[in-house]
Amino acid sequence: MTDNGKPKLAMYWASSCGGCEISVLNIHENILTVDEVFDIAFFPCIADFKVKDVESYPDGYIDVCLFNGAIRNSENEEMAHLLRRKSKVLVAYGSCAYEGCIPALSNLTTKQATFNKVYFDNPSIDNPDKVLPQMVTEVPEGDLTLPNFYHTVKSLDQVVDVDYYLPGCPPEPPQIWAVLQVVVGALTEGKPLPPAGAIIGAGTTALCDECTREKKEKAIKRFYRPYEIQPDPDQCLLEQGIICMGIATRSGCGALCPTVGMGCRGCYGPPDGVEDQGAKMLSAIASVMDVGHESMEEDDLEEVIQEAMDSIADPIGTFYRFSMSHSILKRVKNGKGDA
Amino acid sequence: MNDQFEPVIVGFLCNWCSYRAADLAGTARIKYAPNLRPIRVMCSGRVDPQFVLQALRNGADGVLIAGCHPGECHYVNGNIKALRRFSLLKKTLEQWGIEPERVQLLWASASEGTILAAAVDRMTEEVRALGPLRWSEKVLGEKAAVQAALEEV
Repeated sequence: MTDNGKPKLAMYWASSCGGCEISVLNIHENILTVDEVFDIAFFPCIADFKVKDVESYPDGYIDVCLFNGAIRNSENEEMAHLLRRKSKVLVAYGSCAYEGCIPALSNLTTKQATFNKVYFDNPSIDNPDKVLPQMVTEVPEGDLTLPNFYHTVKSLDQVVDVDYYLPGCPPEPPQIWAVLQVVVGALTEGKPLPPAGAIIGAGTTALCDECTREKKEKAIKRFYRPYEIQPDPDQCLLEQGIICMGIATRSGCGALCPTVGMGCRGCYGPPDGVEDQGAKMLSAIASVMDVGHESMEEDDLEEVIQEAMDSIADPIGTFYRFSMSHSILKRVKNGKGDA
Repeated sequence: MNDQFEPVIVGFLCNWCSYRAADLAGTARIKYAPNLRPIRVMCSGRVDPQFVLQALRNGADGVLIAGCHPGECHYVNGNIKALRRFSLLKKTLEQWGIEPERVQLLWASASEGTILAAAVDRMTEEVRALGPLRWSEKVLGEKAAVQAALEEV
């Protein structure tokens, strides 16, 4: 490849769904500017690059690498180390690389249980010989190898140093474009880059700040699952008893989900100053519920409160849907379905 | 000295009732298990669930949250908030795979030194029976925070 002097851009997917790649293409005609400014050095989703191409680059050759996807197996980790070495700026792009996201929900179970579900106990699978993928398989031509599937899913910053975090599942196009503009400004005009370790392309406060729904006193009696209730179009969803993670989630997306009547899922992660998004959500929910009064008998009090809390199905899966890898406890002790 | 496992129980005691209960237990020379590491907070409603998870993550085998009886809160209903948090926290702890005996909520007024002492005795035995939690080492495969800090020195 001839060097045309343009800054080099890479984008790689580890354990991810591919939505992050689509989100980059979703910046519409600005993608032409990206192509104008950058030279694509590695981007398996849209162009044919091989790992050996990246290996052949000198260290620090790639100016900006957008790394999306969590660290699920040893191959993901190897690629993270390789791209860290070859990149000047490594961005944890999207919720998976930032804090684990959906792949990290498997930290609620074990590797064994995951394999059972995927290869044996699955309505769409026919595996009478109970064949499981092996890390090494001997064939006449030699040994075939597969990556090691980890017990615990990690975020990118748990295996390599990360310069910036761009949250979202996936990040929103205007935010992506804003971030790319900052990088372009730094590369072409020498403008300053944000401080290392910064969360870029997002706000700092809770999502409620940018949500236009009408907010009054919160006095929630119980929670409803989305199918149980027809939400009022204007009132705060949480006030209506619909779990909305907005109060424990970083702003930046423009409150897209609450605007269309769906409670915030929490994909932008915790706002500034919060370590554990799920614990903060739990704390907030308990504060805004109007169940139990100081005049009640102790036993009755416990009962009515427990009953109200039982209206929340799967609290961990709901509160830590995106932030499991960055949570304080990180994974469960004894995975369900573990033999 | 024997090899009996001595659990570490972090206690979040409210300033107005339970911490005074512990004080009273002391001045009354009530003998009880020395496994509680009391931390005074202004109200049981101040106990952020992050504190509990952080304690469990960093080496505690159990956490006791203690506050005023319902209706007696210095801030009217801080302890009701604590109870709501605790009820929901219990559900998540079950999902995390942490036994319910490891995190308990207790009401103990300033005059109930004996109740606090008895609860600490009971909880110590319950957690002792469960064995060490050691989350960093046993669940995450990391070094215990204390051990890592010692090695840095």
